[in-house]
Amino acid sequence: MRAAELDDLTEAGVERVGRPIPRVDAVDKVTGRARYSADISLPGQLVGVIVRSERPHAAIASIDTNAACAIEGVAAVMTGADVSEYAWYEDDEPLLPRVGDIVRFVGDDVAVVVAETESIARRAASVVEVRYDDLEPLTDVEHVDDDDAPMLLGNDEIETEEEGRGDVETAFTRADLLVEGVFHTPTAVHNAMEPHGAVADWRGEQVDVYTSTQGINDVREHLAERLGIDHSQVRVICEYMGGGFGAKQVPWKPTMLAVVASKLTGAPVKVMNDRRSENLAAGKRNATVQRVRIGAMKNGSIVAIDAEIDAEVGAYSVPGEASAVHGPYLFLYQCDDVRVRTRRLRSNLGPAVAFRGPGYLESTFVLESLMDELAVELGIDPIDLRRRNHAGRNQQEDVAWSHPDGILRSYERVAEESGWANSFDRQASERIRRGRGFAAHDWVAAGAMPPGHATVEFNFDGSVHVGLSAQDLGTGTRTVLSQVVADAMGVDLSHIRLSLGDTSTGPPAPTSAGSATVPTMAPAVRAAALAAVDDLLDAAAEHLGVDRSTLSFDGSNVSSTVADVPDQPLTDLCADLSPRVVHGWGSKEATPDDVSPRAQGSAEAEVEVDLDTGAVRVTRIVVGPDCGRILNRRLADSQVLGGVTQGIGFALTERQFVDHHLGTVMNPDLNEYLLPTASDTCEIVHAVLDIPDLAANEVGAKGIGELPLLPVPAAIANAVHDAIGIRFRDLPITRKRVLDALTARDTSTRNDEQESS
Amino acid sequence: MSAERPSATPTTVGIVVNGRRRHATVEAGDSLLTTVREGFGLTGAKPACEVGTCGACTVLLDDEAVYSCLVLGVECEDRRVDTVEGLADHGELSRLQDAFIECDALQCGFCTSGQLMSLEGLRRAEPEPTSEDIERAVQGNLCRCGAYRHILDAAEVALTVRSAS
Repeated sequence: MRAAELDDLTEAGVERVGRPIPRVDAVDKVTGRARYSADISLPGQLVGVIVRSERPHAAIASIDTNAACAIEGVAAVMTGADVSEYAWYEDDEPLLPRVGDIVRFVGDDVAVVVAETESIARRAASVVEVRYDDLEPLTDVEHVDDDDAPMLLGNDEIETEEEGRGDVETAFTRADLLVEGVFHTPTAVHNAMEPHGAVADWRGEQVDVYTSTQGINDVREHLAERLGIDHSQVRVICEYMGGGFGAKQVPWKPTMLAVVASKLTGAPVKVMNDRRSENLAAGKRNATVQRVRIGAMKNGSIVAIDAEIDAEVGAYSVPGEASAVHGPYLFLYQCDDVRVRTRRLRSNLGPAVAFRGPGYLESTFVLESLMDELAVELGIDPIDLRRRNHAGRNQQEDVAWSHPDGILRSYERVAEESGWANSFDRQASERIRRGRGFAAHDWVAAGAMPPGHATVEFNFDGSVHVGLSAQDLGTGTRTVLSQVVADAMGVDLSHIRLSLGDTSTGPPAPTSAGSATVPTMAPAVRAAALAAVDDLLDAAAEHLGVDRSTLSFDGSNVSSTVADVPDQPLTDLCADLSPRVVHGWGSKEATPDDVSPRAQGSAEAEVEVDLDTGAVRVTRIVVGPDCGRILNRRLADSQVLGGVTQGIGFALTERQFVDHHLGTVMNPDLNEYLLPTASDTCEIVHAVLDIPDLAANEVGAKGIGELPLLPVPAAIANAVHDAIGIRFRDLPITRKRVLDALTARDTSTRNDEQESS
Repeated sequence: MSAERPSATPTTVGIVVNGRRRHATVEAGDSLLTTVREGFGLTGAKPACEVGTCGACTVLLDDEAVYSCLVLGVECEDRRVDTVEGLADHGELSRLQDAFIECDALQCGFCTSGQLMSLEGLRRAEPEPTSEDIERAVQGNLCRCGAYRHILDAAEVALTVRSAS
């Protein structure tokens, strides 16, 4: 049987995939045994604490480390003078500033104190004396075009990136009506529970780096390049990580600083961010200002979309700062004339980096708010309006979506689960108003982010090892990939062990981003599993002296159609085949070019608004993500809960405050940066689609991480409008904003009454 | 600015950790979190904010759930501290742990120890907790992965009378 023929077997055994089995690593996590980067403790390990800039924009005048060095237990104080050969961020920006170099935000790295314990390092860090020559800062990018705006790194030539198609201005002249607005989305911070950081251990010419990252290979390559050594000299390990959400999709300074400090001191060094550093210097979702117009005909068809976007990206350009705010405008709806102009503006604030659904979340809120407004103005049902504008293909590249109807199925399922067709009572009490809203979304990375490779080998007892160098962010990668291998081979899951999270345990795999780990690695491990079965049958044919075509494998036995050849139990066969190791290699090296892989969906939100306090309480969210084939329903549900919960946060509470006078963040902590708690969630319904999308990739699974987040803030904002008749163009929709808006409306109503009386 | 004198003097503290009396050398200013992690090598409790705002470091102190980052190690002399590592009995998972797995009440797992210990504190204090008790017990434990609904489900399964029948 050739690998290709095994496809039939796969279909037959498909129940393994999709089964809601528990996470394979759950026991480690409920017993405290899972080891995260900060839990690594090596003999002689030192601790590094980063001294951070207290000024938003300044030249370093002097750094006095004498007092710090004098403290007992301090091993080294590292400044720019010690590490001048290393760059970070943009190529010519120093890893640490020397005297005369510029610090560009409050929280920018200035020096590192390395000591025997963390408390000693912290004490010593507090007495490193840095003097600054202040420069004028710019933290409010709304002033970037002012004549006297200070010149910042990267702002010397602000480019306007224009994308789109057709002729927008002419198209607007044809439109029957226009909806438009200026929208603000806030800076939001990932605030993964586990901070960024690393333990680095230089030994001889090699360095082991235990670090919390979404991309162990990327960290390895980036560090090697910055250090000027071979990739093979760097091993990166991330067995467990405490969340990333995009913030850990690129290598960050604490990792590099731990590596350099380990080299300098000759000891293992741990450098972990504290929570303040996480909020200042470890990435954020860029704030946006979006000026958007949509022109439509009376029948609801959209004829023109024009969006102007300013995104505040912080002081440095970080790789992976995708900020694809343009995406939904270009792709979600059928429209011949679209123009999106984007500017990425630097500021004296921490650098932005991708954050779950980067760019898409910000603009989905805007586009879907305006779609709702259009539906209300035209008196068309919001879901019907979206159906009328269904695109079905990538209009930028003129190629069909991988599953053109996936989003229509989502509308159907969400409408069904939410009872959209039923009547809805908007007045809960004199004080509480109820509302419901709908929103759709697009997502782009569903095909895969190749290359991804994996190996599968049979141990001599017939059990199976899978090796790859991807990482599990907590999403369940280990579990679902194990299921895919079990499914492809017909081998029971209990006989499979999958290693990941270590650059030495497998061939290259991509960074986990864009919900693309499953669409990339599931095909790769599946191909490796099929190749291993192929190899098994080759080896068995040789061993048994029979023709290969007479053999088949059912997961436990190799059987032959030749009459006198007994079934070969896998356990015995693998032992007999020793020393030969039966194995296979598989890869995912390309995305399809004949279709445009998409993973789209929609959501319905129901809210209650308290007219006295302004509080918005989300009472239910129904979300229908078209993630393709669902590999594990239980884990898919968890992704849905997580996405929706983050959506509630982005809609209602999360916002980084900046004091533009001081040039600094006012809430770099979890006390005033308001993450949702258990009490902020609501009933969350996963309107399951489970449509295998085999045009997107060989496994038909498109990844689910970003999807259930994307439509949620818009659905909530639309529900708030439905409840109280007020459109919020700025997120988050805080109690104060609601109260202010209610008061303003009451005042203007009263004024109108006075005028008319 | 002159060099600060180190404010911490190493001292030995004796604590009943997960049922066993143990000693650790700590600095006077070390938190209970540092004490269990570095003094006893129990790294289930996590440093995530270290100022009492996230709950990832929750342990039980004389059966009561506390943020171990806000308690000094030296305050715990002769007291009982229970950590997530003590929840299972000779490898047999507790009912709460089982329910967390069954309900997939975790994703990355970083806050899980704290969630479990907050609920274990509730279990010890309240044999028949209500849904409101459960929600209150984990209100101070942030989960950025957003596993809350599954956490509440798991707690219902493991702790409420309804589930026992």
